[in-house]
Amino acid sequence: MFRNQYDTDVTTWSPAGRLFQVEYAMEAVKQGSAAIGLRSKTHVVLGCVNKANSELSSHQKKIFKVDDHIGVAIAGLTADGRVLSRYMRNECINYNFTYESPLPVGRLVVQLADKAQVCTQRSWKRPYGVGLLVAGLDESGAHLYYNCPSGNYFEYQAFAIGSRSQAAKTYLERRFENFADSSRDDLVKDALMAIRETLQGETLKSSICTVAVVGVGEPFHILDQETVQQMINAFEIVGEQEGPAAEPDAAAGQEAAAEQGGSTDEGVAPMDI
Amino acid sequence: MNFTASKQPENCLLGPESDSQRTLYPYVTGTSVVALKYKDGILMAADMGGSYGSTLRYKSVERMKPIGKHSLLGASGEISDFQEILKYLDELILYDNMWDDGNSLGPKEVHNYLTRVMYNRRNKFNPLWNSLVLGGVKKGEKYLGTVSMIGVNFEDNHVATGFGNHLARPILRQEWHENLSFEDGVKLLEKCMRVLLYRDRSAINKLQIAKITEEGMTISPPYSLKTYWEFSAFENPTQGAVGSW
Repeated sequence: MFRNQYDTDVTTWSPAGRLFQVEYAMEAVKQGSAAIGLRSKTHVVLGCVNKANSELSSHQKKIFKVDDHIGVAIAGLTADGRVLSRYMRNECINYNFTYESPLPVGRLVVQLADKAQVCTQRSWKRPYGVGLLVAGLDESGAHLYYNCPSGNYFEYQAFAIGSRSQAAKTYLERRFENFADSSRDDLVKDALMAIRETLQGETLKSSICTVAVVGVGEPFHILDQETVQQMINAFEIVGEQEGPAAEPDAAAGQEAAAEQGGSTDEGVAPMDI
Repeated sequence: MNFTASKQPENCLLGPESDSQRTLYPYVTGTSVVALKYKDGILMAADMGGSYGSTLRYKSVERMKPIGKHSLLGASGEISDFQEILKYLDELILYDNMWDDGNSLGPKEVHNYLTRVMYNRRNKFNPLWNSLVLGGVKKGEKYLGTVSMIGVNFEDNHVATGFGNHLARPILRQEWHENLSFEDGVKLLEKCMRVLLYRDRSAINKLQIAKITEEGMTISPPYSLKTYWEFSAFENPTQGAVGSW
């Protein structure tokens, strides 16, 4: 996208009917590190890549619990994401206080979208530079929504946002038809596979990704590193069996692991792309 | 210049009295509402009287109304405040329907909303002078709760307002059980309403019974209860009393 004379503020239309500031805000989302989401009839899984700036720093929090039944993963300006998460938490708490009932995720998403739209129509504001994948439950089951800086929202079976999300999207497009009836664990595995796609060859480790689940009877929570690593190991092994170097199962794999730079340790994971 | 002295002491927390339009006492009131859970949902009974102090002035007041698809609201106390509450709820249900998204406010949500409204008004020293009974069924779950004018709220298998608490609840505690049939539920409510008719001077002999189930709400046309006054103790009631003849 090139600079032009219609992109100075958000309240200026271009002759082609575009609001460039809003489109630039969507660019900011594309620059952030990847976040993916997928759902079945009863569960929704969110995952994201956590890249720390340097080895000395910790990584930014990109997945937020909004309520027991709603969580959100963000990509883009994490500061904007944090502020919007606070808004969402507030709305959920207020609704719960008045009605003693969880705020249906579909309604929260609309409120969020309306809030984002305001920023596209005020000369003294700028659009939020963050895309949100909202996972939640309501009366009609599990839902996954994407809220973008333009104030639009869409419902998805599975989606990915952020940098190199296209690779994840391609993976999800191949598999999404099975998601509706997937078990919770299979859904998490698919999420991890999708995250791996965005890493493009880099080893998938639980230290560089975060996974969260919400489902019927399961409040929103972020899976701890150990559980995630175990799941990664479980399917990395399967991946190796499909590859040229056949890997025996984990119990016998200790010696083979040393030779092949095995899956349980830090080492080069075999390419399965 | 204001010649009439204001009655407020200096350390009063109330606002200026001159613009006050607080509810200080009720004018047209309804008496007890009694409700219970039965097999398919909720049964609620209330008479159709609106008393103006000790005068039984209005005799066709509907004190039970449906709220949305899933709830039924019965009220005792100030009738005009009940009408105000119906307006609030009308707006609430309207906005809920406008979302048009497959989610709807059930009886629990409406009950809690009303609790917030009643409690907040009480805190401003401007109560809605009602005791409300909220019942309903949503997704097979029966719900029955009550809110008072000071915001006290709770749920139970059977509830009543006003005199009903003293006269009807003891009967219900003895005779209510899970999975009452519709006929048994109605008989039990009529028993309670009959006692209230005999003993509550604001009760009139014209009542309605409303039922709410998963399918919806129905309210009976007004009817009266059979009463019996031929007890021998009522004959010559003044016989033997000092000063009587």
